[in-house]
Amino acid sequence: MKRSFSILPGFRLASGITLFYLSLLVLIPLCALVWKTTELSLDELVATLTNSRVLASFRVSILTALAAALINLFLGFVIAWVLVRYPMPFKRLFDAVIDLPFALPTAVAGIVLAALYAPDGWIGSFFTELGIRIAYTPLGIVVALMFIGLPFVVRTVEPVLQDLDSQLEEAAQSLGASPWTIFRRVLFPPLIPALLTGFALAFARGLGEYGSVIFIAGNMPMVSEIVPLLIITKLEQYDYAGATAIGLMMLVVAFIMLLVINMLQAWTRKRTGKL
Amino acid sequence: MHTQTLALDRLDQPGARQWPRYVLTGLAIFIIGLFLLLPLAAVLIEAFSEGWDLYVQAINDRYTWEAIKLTLLVAAVVVPLNTVFGIAAAWMIARFQFTGRGALTTLIDLPFSISPVIAGLIFVLVFGAHGWFGSWFAEQGFPIIFAVPGIILATLFVTVPFVARELIPLMQEQGSEEEEAAIALGAGSWTMFRKITLPKIKWGLLYGIILCNARAMGEFGAVSVVSGHIRGQTNTLPLHVEILYNEYNFTAAFAVASLLAGLAILTLVLKSLVEWQQARSLERATQ
Repeated sequence: MKRSFSILPGFRLASGITLFYLSLLVLIPLCALVWKTTELSLDELVATLTNSRVLASFRVSILTALAAALINLFLGFVIAWVLVRYPMPFKRLFDAVIDLPFALPTAVAGIVLAALYAPDGWIGSFFTELGIRIAYTPLGIVVALMFIGLPFVVRTVEPVLQDLDSQLEEAAQSLGASPWTIFRRVLFPPLIPALLTGFALAFARGLGEYGSVIFIAGNMPMVSEIVPLLIITKLEQYDYAGATAIGLMMLVVAFIMLLVINMLQAWTRKRTGKL
Repeated sequence: MHTQTLALDRLDQPGARQWPRYVLTGLAIFIIGLFLLLPLAAVLIEAFSEGWDLYVQAINDRYTWEAIKLTLLVAAVVVPLNTVFGIAAAWMIARFQFTGRGALTTLIDLPFSISPVIAGLIFVLVFGAHGWFGSWFAEQGFPIIFAVPGIILATLFVTVPFVARELIPLMQEQGSEEEEAAIALGAGSWTMFRKITLPKIKWGLLYGIILCNARAMGEFGAVSVVSGHIRGQTNTLPLHVEILYNEYNFTAAFAVASLLAGLAILTLVLKSLVEWQQARSLERATQ
């Protein structure tokens, strides 16, 4: 590995630990996934991935993650806006509790959301009267993914909103712009990269989420079965080839999302002038 | 903060429209209450719904104790390992220029964007009965999948980024002048690390460790794939919650879940305290 000269010690030790650890724990196991897929013939791979149940699970996962991320884009923006710009009682408490979905084990989130949104649950019974079933339908998956994804949008938009240059806003105000015009033409445009980053993070997390979803989803094949659950089902049936093929597909999607997120983050830094 | 005084100024003006502020604040409180506070409260209410005695009985169960012990063991192995890795990776990436630095950072981030189920799957493919090394380890009487080592490996994988992600930007921002000065003045590497680096990064490090610990104790998807769900042997607390729930033993499931919810609350409190300390030490440094 080529590096420029530095007086600081420890490069060999630090790089030794880092590369050894990452190879053993991340690189080699991921290679195993790719390697095992190459053991399948192309026909088998195509047959596995175009199976109607597999396609349906991808449709469910993508659509629910997309819906949840879109709703979170709006809700997360409102929360970030209020937390940064308005005085409000118990602000520190509200701010701290935003990270609850990061801290609460997903299985706990899963069972409590299922209990709340079940037809006889506190929230579910209210919707039952309106004739809407949430738990054990794709709507339940969206609810779980909304819970999981909310902090991503809030936490990416918050710092950018905090650092907005207030001089522009003051200038627009003194030139007689209405609050709505100020929001639309001055405040909102610099937030777009951060909003998209938050959206992409929430979407990527939603695609892979397992623990919080399976309790509320109902897990009906073709209707409310998500891709991660299908992988586990295949493993339990000793269909390692099928699980591997679907797993590789998800890995490719995760790579693409990571690339998109990196690009969006670079764009955010450029727009906000922060390194 | 400037933005806040500005917002307040505007509200003081006669005729300024106040309703957006009240509507948005109300909406934000409603969302936080409905989506975050209500589920947290519901865990505790459901756990105690059958009274204190049944709660204690659910916790004081042999299998619950085994699950608590296993969860603590996993965290006790995973958190120190990932802390050492995080410090090493941050030292390498934030203090040296070398080719492949961007790729390495992406590789560290990768476990965050991969589904936990995939994290479990890859270890089954390497160490499972049909995996690369699975049969060899099994023959040595040291099975990895459906055993504790597999649980530790899968948890290590999903928590790889936590400490490193926290330290890399922090150390990049701080720069290396002080460390270079220490070395130039003849300090040994260990002295430099202990007296210069560690005090500068301690709050960021603690922050990463707290989040790493929360995830290590709460991980479900990855562990679920490799564990085999053997009660009293390979059942962590989150998996125990699932088993109890699927047996329709809801009160016990929520009682065990309340322990994990308590862990989450503790994590949030500690995290807020560390953030507060970090802001204070930053303020002191810039004064």
